[in-house]
Amino acid sequence: MAPTDSATEERTPTGGTTPPLIRFDRVVKRFGGVTVLDELDFSVAAGRNVTLIGPSGSGKTTILRLLMTLIRPDGGSITVDGDNLTHMVRRGKLVPADEKHVRPIRKKIGMVFQQFNLFPNMRVLRNLTEAPVRVLGMDRDEAEIRARELLEMVGLADKADAHCAHLSGGQQQRVAIARALAMRPKVLLLDEVTSALDPELVAGVLDLLRDIAVSGDVTLVCVTHEMGFARDVSDQVLMFDAGRVVESGPPEKIFSDPDHQRTRDFLRAVR
Amino acid sequence: MDWDWSYVWDFMPQILDGLVVTLKATVLGSLLAFGLGLVWTLLFRVPSRWVRWPVRAVVEFVRDTPLLVQLFFLFYVLPTLDISFSPLVTGVIGLGLHYSTYTAEVYRAGIEAVPRGQWEAATALSLPRTHTWVAVVLPQALRRVVPALGNYVIAMFKDTPLLYAIAVLDMLKQAQEVGAESFRYLEPMTVVGLLFVVIAYPTSLLIRLLERRLGTH
Amino acid sequence: MTFGLFKLLLDGLWITIQLLVFSAALAVLIAFTAGLARLSRRRAVRFFAAVYVEFFRGTSALVLMFWLFFALPLLGWQLAPLWAGTLALSLSFGAYGSEVVRGAVLAVSPGQREAATALSFTPWQRLRLVVLPQAVPEMLPTFSNQLVELLKATSLASAVTIGDLTFQAQSVRLATGESAQVYGLILGMYFVIAFTLTRGMRLLERRAKANLGLGRLVTGPEAPLGSEPPTAPAGPPPLPEPTGHGQGGGI
Repeated sequence: MAPTDSATEERTPTGGTTPPLIRFDRVVKRFGGVTVLDELDFSVAAGRNVTLIGPSGSGKTTILRLLMTLIRPDGGSITVDGDNLTHMVRRGKLVPADEKHVRPIRKKIGMVFQQFNLFPNMRVLRNLTEAPVRVLGMDRDEAEIRARELLEMVGLADKADAHCAHLSGGQQQRVAIARALAMRPKVLLLDEVTSALDPELVAGVLDLLRDIAVSGDVTLVCVTHEMGFARDVSDQVLMFDAGRVVESGPPEKIFSDPDHQRTRDFLRAVR
Repeated sequence: MDWDWSYVWDFMPQILDGLVVTLKATVLGSLLAFGLGLVWTLLFRVPSRWVRWPVRAVVEFVRDTPLLVQLFFLFYVLPTLDISFSPLVTGVIGLGLHYSTYTAEVYRAGIEAVPRGQWEAATALSLPRTHTWVAVVLPQALRRVVPALGNYVIAMFKDTPLLYAIAVLDMLKQAQEVGAESFRYLEPMTVVGLLFVVIAYPTSLLIRLLERRLGTH
Repeated sequence: MTFGLFKLLLDGLWITIQLLVFSAALAVLIAFTAGLARLSRRRAVRFFAAVYVEFFRGTSALVLMFWLFFALPLLGWQLAPLWAGTLALSLSFGAYGSEVVRGAVLAVSPGQREAATALSFTPWQRLRLVVLPQAVPEMLPTFSNQLVELLKATSLASAVTIGDLTFQAQSVRLATGESAQVYGLILGMYFVIAFTLTRGMRLLERRAKANLGLGRLVTGPEAPLGSEPPTAPAGPPPLPEPTGHGQGGGI
């Protein structure tokens, strides 16, 4: 079933006339017998940073993992930048997408993980150059120049030759952000990127992400418990509960005057 | 060359005789390995380094050199010292000695895996030292030790064919004799090879089950 | 023992070393192939790999050697003795090794694979550039033990008339009757090889750890001889403590 109707576009306040960068169309995801996402619809316009909030277990991280193709949906379809991420046409029929079909679309998406997941078998610089060289076919010298620029940006120019294991958590996460940006993604997924950090290291990472958010080169999709950060960087906030969007809107609205009781309860609980 | 079933049934009793010898060697060898391994472990814990170091060296040496050569050594050298055993007994000594160097490590690891707090708790309760061992440490160590020992029993079982080299009439030796008589090695060798799998595989499954039951995996 | 007889032992030693090197190389190849096959997405591949592993772990290496030497020719496939020995050893040890490979690959944290996917690496690149470089250092301690076991197992080749160290020792014993000296000598030779292998592997382990930024190359005194390096626990690697340099996360 091809996702052709424009119902979701009309429903989102950010739709406008340009086609959305990301669109979820009646996406279903189950783990065992538990339905985590229940026919979820939502879309994100290019250049509009989005934050997903909601109680744990509401399916926020699942959305990011679906977008990154780390898991597959059990129903519905996902479109990224006009390409169907979940389905492809084979012999005139719409079938689940295979690895080959997904690969070019996946390149438009980057992800930063809660646990950083730097490659310990590579020094910091190699972490940043390996994918551009191997995946984008970039020249190694060129990739290194770009990697050093990114390290400069995240304030770790002097760590290019360090082992990842020798960096602090905050430094590792900044390297991980630089690594994701090195692929020049259109969408950057941030999965609770500060949750594993010691409190005193959080601010540095968030400051960096604020800078990236205002630069406008990449659309951020964040899952976070840092409400202050969410308010600063996002153009749109989606409140999730039980696999559905309870309400969405600009941060000023959601954080100061939410429509739903669930949202009010949640915001009171996290503050 | 075709597989000849009637030939298989003809030599089968002889192979089964060999199987009995193989199992006997495994059981006796295991018992010796279990006991001797415990001796090594206790000697590792003796305060005097004049005991600990030589014992360590001997155990290391036995573990790092081939069982087959050790069997030859026992078989040919012991008689020159006027100590003579039957081939089977010599084989059991060889197997037991060799595998005791492995069981010693198993015991050591088992004892070390008992949390320090357990010792401290026993001390706090003023339990006598022997009682601490018998009632607190050994039961906990055993949970880890049993499956590991089981795996070494299987390994030893698969090493018993080495005894053929010192004229023990085990399965392999029987198969070889059957083959040498008729110049047909295919059937006896295949049957023996399969018998090892048929016995070792289910046993190892059992041990894996035991491991899961005891929660050490 | 005359020089001629001692020369015989040296010839045997050379064959033993050849057996060891060839079967170790082949066993590693088999171990990686079978170990990765057991993690394949295809059920049939996993099944056949499991059958291979369980069969060759279940049977006796010596019986396998006899089978390759005596029974296989009757099926019309004659192997040179040295190759029959090498094949038997590497099939057995490859089966054991595949379990080591499988375990080490599974021990690489899923986050590493996910990060590699997020960077759009192909499945093969994920394995080659990310998973295996982290899994191999985990395999080394067990491979080191297995290498010594393999060395010991090369002596089985003497049973199928391959002229290795053990075989030549028998010849010398027959010629001189000096059982204690001959067997004592070659036991010593085996031990020296085993000792050398263990030390060599330990150096490799240390280098592999250093490549991952672990181990004591940066600070701390050299480990005393004979002490085991602490083995990393299974599962995801522990997160490093914040090290203090570069205070905080501020830019």
